[in-house]
Amino acid sequence: MSLEQIRNFSIVAHIDHGKSTLADRILEVTQTLTEREMREQVLDSMELERERGITIKAQAVTVAWKGHILNLIDTPGHVDFTYEVSRALQACEGALLVVDAAQGAQAQTLANAYLAIENDLEIVPVVNKIDLPSADPDAAAREISDLIGDTPDHVLRISAKTGEGVEDVLDAIVERIPPPQGEPDAPGRALVFDSSYDQYRGVVAFVRVVDGDFRPRERLRAMAQGTQFETEELGVFAPDRSPRERLSAGEVGYVITGLKDVSRLKVGDTLTHAAKPAAEPLPGYKDVKPTVFAGLYPTDSDEYPELRDALDKLKLNDASLFYEPETSQALGFGFRCGFLGLLHMEIVRERLEREFDLDLLVTAPNVAYRVRTKAGEEVEVHNPADFPREVEEVEEPYIRASTIVPKEHVGAVMELNTERRGRFDHMEYPSQERVLLQYDLPLGEVVYDYYDQLKSRTKGYASFDYDVIGFRPGELVRVDIMLAGEPVDALSIIVHRDSAYGRGRALVDRLRQEIPRQMFDVPIQAAIGSRIIARETIKAKRKDVLAKCYGGDITRKRKLIERQKKGKKRMKQVGTVEVPQEAFLAVLDLDGERR
Amino acid sequence: MSGVRHLYVHLPFCAHRCGYCDFVTLVGRPGEHGAYVDALLRELQLEGGLLAPRLETIFLGGGTPTYTEAAALRRLLAALPDAGEITIEANPETVTPALAAGLRAAGVNRVSLGAQSFRPALLDVLERRAGPDAVRGAFATVREAGFENVSLDLLYGIPGQRPSDLEADLDDALALAPEHISYYELEAKPGTRFTHAHGDELARQADAMEGYFERVVETLTGAGFRWYETANFCRPGREARHNLGYWLGRDYLGIGIGAVSTVGARRWRNAPKLGAYVAALARGEAPARELELLDAGTKARERLMLGLRLDRPLRFGDVAEAIEPDGLARVVRLGLAERRNGDLALTRRGRFLGGAVTAELMA
Repeated sequence: MSLEQIRNFSIVAHIDHGKSTLADRILEVTQTLTEREMREQVLDSMELERERGITIKAQAVTVAWKGHILNLIDTPGHVDFTYEVSRALQACEGALLVVDAAQGAQAQTLANAYLAIENDLEIVPVVNKIDLPSADPDAAAREISDLIGDTPDHVLRISAKTGEGVEDVLDAIVERIPPPQGEPDAPGRALVFDSSYDQYRGVVAFVRVVDGDFRPRERLRAMAQGTQFETEELGVFAPDRSPRERLSAGEVGYVITGLKDVSRLKVGDTLTHAAKPAAEPLPGYKDVKPTVFAGLYPTDSDEYPELRDALDKLKLNDASLFYEPETSQALGFGFRCGFLGLLHMEIVRERLEREFDLDLLVTAPNVAYRVRTKAGEEVEVHNPADFPREVEEVEEPYIRASTIVPKEHVGAVMELNTERRGRFDHMEYPSQERVLLQYDLPLGEVVYDYYDQLKSRTKGYASFDYDVIGFRPGELVRVDIMLAGEPVDALSIIVHRDSAYGRGRALVDRLRQEIPRQMFDVPIQAAIGSRIIARETIKAKRKDVLAKCYGGDITRKRKLIERQKKGKKRMKQVGTVEVPQEAFLAVLDLDGERR
Repeated sequence: MSGVRHLYVHLPFCAHRCGYCDFVTLVGRPGEHGAYVDALLRELQLEGGLLAPRLETIFLGGGTPTYTEAAALRRLLAALPDAGEITIEANPETVTPALAAGLRAAGVNRVSLGAQSFRPALLDVLERRAGPDAVRGAFATVREAGFENVSLDLLYGIPGQRPSDLEADLDDALALAPEHISYYELEAKPGTRFTHAHGDELARQADAMEGYFERVVETLTGAGFRWYETANFCRPGREARHNLGYWLGRDYLGIGIGAVSTVGARRWRNAPKLGAYVAALARGEAPARELELLDAGTKARERLMLGLRLDRPLRFGDVAEAIEPDGLARVVRLGLAERRNGDLALTRRGRFLGGAVTAELMA
């Protein structure tokens, strides 16, 4: 296969703008799958992906069109996976930029379009959903062409749903996207843009061959990490794995490595031949660090070993998942986990619960803090309970946040960002109706109820995206919660000094509602160090009896008591206080706090 | 020596099914009372071998036992064995001098009168037929017939009941000077007509019920009653001996539809269908039953649950295997229970929290 006949492209779009539907249609039109094999979201194989209509793992498929080989690399569009997306884009020469004809460009469209432009990709703009009654294809085309510096007549107008215009898209891919460049005779180099774990065959690397060629049973080396293995099999996606005797420059496919641990082969690394290595790896490899942390605890403490096994298994398929054992006085044995973002956290949690049938308690998420103690020691803190008491200086992670919003909601977004200690950077007008706002925001303010607030204050019209831009000093304090005089480590939070009182107050109020009355009075206190900043008391129950119990009732009443006992066991015993699982989530959702 | 000494007889018929009731009851059916009593007596004959030669107690419960057609009831009472305490439940509107005299003559020596309240509006809510005067009248009638051991059944937590209503009910009940009072919180079972109609009001007043229960206990103990069981109060020596049998974990035989028996490790409940019950016994067969086997652990947990309802201490050794040591330590530390000389007893506050304490203690 000559390089001239190959096109490597990806599809970037905001969520729900039709990326997966277009991919489905492409598979159909190119007869890659028969009608019988076709189903919706073919490339999203995970149950969770299909249900939520999102792509979590990158996926690739090779299709044939008019004498050309087109490799579609489907990427997760979400900010949490920006690094994966950027690696996938690096494996392409072009990208379809898909925009919903009714909604126009959104924050993710922008973020991913810029990412594509940064990677020197040829962009093929596509307005989708022109069949919708509310569609305004002309406006969307204008917006998208402004965005990428193109002309509106160059924008394709299609309906992935009905199939209208999909063939034009395939033609445009062939005509507009350049064939891959590469040195077929140079030492082999292949970019790993994702990987998955096959329980029988180990790690399967998704690769784009840049130079040279690769064959089965060769000894390969990952240049950044130094990992070596012998290729057991390689091939292309059609869309299932289809073995080949050779993958050469320009091609996209997979390599079965036999490795038993995905963390030994990371996204962004370059594969080369161990015997005849390339001089330089492909550019851009970095070790992605988690930005959001939370404690994961089994609801039933007997399930700790199951949780550990489940995390081990999940990690096989998700190299970016970080976890280490942690012990909480309140919650017992669990894990402190690091995630790429809130969506990543939610996905991991859902997969643990669904695929491994675990009942989990997830503590409120927090970010990483860099703390210099009074003793001059520097520590990175991933858990508020570990936040030192004697602090000299604290740094917290900041993001550059982009929000696109109809102009009537600009005030609401600015107000929210100001409340969250945001610093206004600049404003743009991608169209007459909509405004792009850029703020620098502490990430810690975003992991706490930001999305819900943004959604409710803009009636759902805002779209949001961000980049982590580094650490900056902040006036942060640790607020502890005490139940019946005992500190509850799992409820500690790190907040800005100015909002400590409000958050402490709200947390205490919320806990008073969440914790059922006990057999004794339970004082709830919020404190900074030894200073109490808020206090409430849950009054003791005065009565808890079964009204009557005679010969005919005994079995039923016994079962009632047994059920009550079970209910008690489901609660976490904190000192003498029984705390329901939900109370630990109170930190996440302090209703009414800001009203 | 061995043999069951407590007999329960279920008489399911009622003039009207009250909205809050969840017992096995049947409205009307006067023509079937005779056949039902025949069936009861056949079941008694069938299971008679389980009974001790001399019974301690018999309890005729319902339904409204006193609504049972007179001849049938007479026939039943005449056929029952003798016992130290024979109780019958009665609804005020069914109590006539003739009935009372007949019961007395048949050997019944205790009447449990379903008063529920003395407030007309609250009785309406409960769909009770008898007004306060009928309750008082019925009480006087059974006294005149020579009953020296009369119990009143009362309810608190009736939708719309104000604190002053409770005080007045307590006063009115005490004014009749009964030997025994059962005072229950109204339990609105999910799915009943009553919960459907009054659920919201019940939820609203849930908090006030704590105070009501305290008020009931204070008032009755203040008037010289013994709070001998969670919901039961008596003059000295006037406990309901039949019910005490349940609470002490004794064996009992129950006959009639829906009736439960517990003998050793076996507990069975007769199916609640009248027709099938009568038909089976007419053929000389035992009625359809649901059997539950009680292992030693379950027995011990029940001993604990029931025993903690009483004001007398429980032998720790009898329930040790049902107790979780941590739970015990916790309730002792909280001042809800005490251990003394091999006994386990709840404190006064512990008794108000008896359900939660039991759950805490239970292994």
